[in-house]
Amino acid sequence: MKYAAKIEVSLRPGHRNPEGETTTRSLVELGYKVTAVEVSKVYTVFFEAATPMEANAKAEEMSKRLLANPTKDNYTISIVEQK
Amino acid sequence: MNADDIKVCILRVGGTNCDAETKRAFTELGAQAEVIQISDMIKLRNLLDYNILVLPGGFSYGDYVRSGVIFARHLSAQLGKEIQSFVDEGRPILGICNGFQILVEYGLLPSLDGVSEYAQAALTTNEPSGFKCKWVYLKQENHGKCAFTTAIPTGKTIQLPIAHGEGRLLFPKEKEDAILERLIDEDMIVLRYCNNNGEVAEGKYPANPNGSFYDIAGICNKEGNIFGLMPHPERAMYWWQLPNWTSTNQKFQYGDGKLIFQSIINTLTKKSSR
Repeated sequence: MKYAAKIEVSLRPGHRNPEGETTTRSLVELGYKVTAVEVSKVYTVFFEAATPMEANAKAEEMSKRLLANPTKDNYTISIVEQK
Repeated sequence: MNADDIKVCILRVGGTNCDAETKRAFTELGAQAEVIQISDMIKLRNLLDYNILVLPGGFSYGDYVRSGVIFARHLSAQLGKEIQSFVDEGRPILGICNGFQILVEYGLLPSLDGVSEYAQAALTTNEPSGFKCKWVYLKQENHGKCAFTTAIPTGKTIQLPIAHGEGRLLFPKEKEDAILERLIDEDMIVLRYCNNNGEVAEGKYPANPNGSFYDIAGICNKEGNIFGLMPHPERAMYWWQLPNWTSTNQKFQYGDGKLIFQSIINTLTKKSSR
């Protein structure tokens, strides 16, 4: 089966996010009452697996080995079956 | 082994940009240094023909995903066996700036319990944020373990330049204290940011330019043969690279960066003459 894994990598609490801070300032300047902006990266990875469980396990491995650094990043995975 | 018997492999990929200066520094001290594109190394698989491996500074693979991680995974996937043999034989590996980030992402540093499968630390966004390109003072705090600082007495202050946006060394918050204890106990701390009087920065900017934990600028592994540092010794090799060179009247020939390269040459030449 073909799957798409949406892997969202965001900073763990307490880590600086200069892009979010700069975006917040810009939105405030435009007149919005914005208190904070969190910026994360979303990787949509397309691949084949036998079951949704196997797809999830593969995405988990990809996150640990490449996409996220456990010292500073959190990640969430959602798996969608492709037609 | 004489200095001119020492073969240095400076491994580069797209985005590496400090390879030429690094080669020149080693060549100046008599070693045979070569800049090798990783695709050539993968074809030839002759890493073990070299005595020193250097991962130079730059922005390997555009710093995509995270600084250094793509190069690190490329190395482990394509040359993992050779790297493991290189490490097991105690051959020296140096990572400068982006090279340090690569060593951390690979799991070669701090490698508290051998080479780790996943990164045990992160070199993350500077605090205060922003790319910092400036000269810093560094205190050499290693007590003899690190093969790359044997020519710098413990406690001595040196000056090197930094140029990075992600040089803040952090460990997982919940393990920070335990890891620091091990780094100190195993003599793995090498360079710490300090002020011009040699007093460690204690986290304060601008002496600590990036908010790095415990003011750490460079660490080595337990065996002392793998060394990573954010500052650039290759940019402080000659007197004319120093910030105050116009007022020095050329009284000395080299900058403090030379001490890092000289140390490893000394270590290898002494080792083989024993």
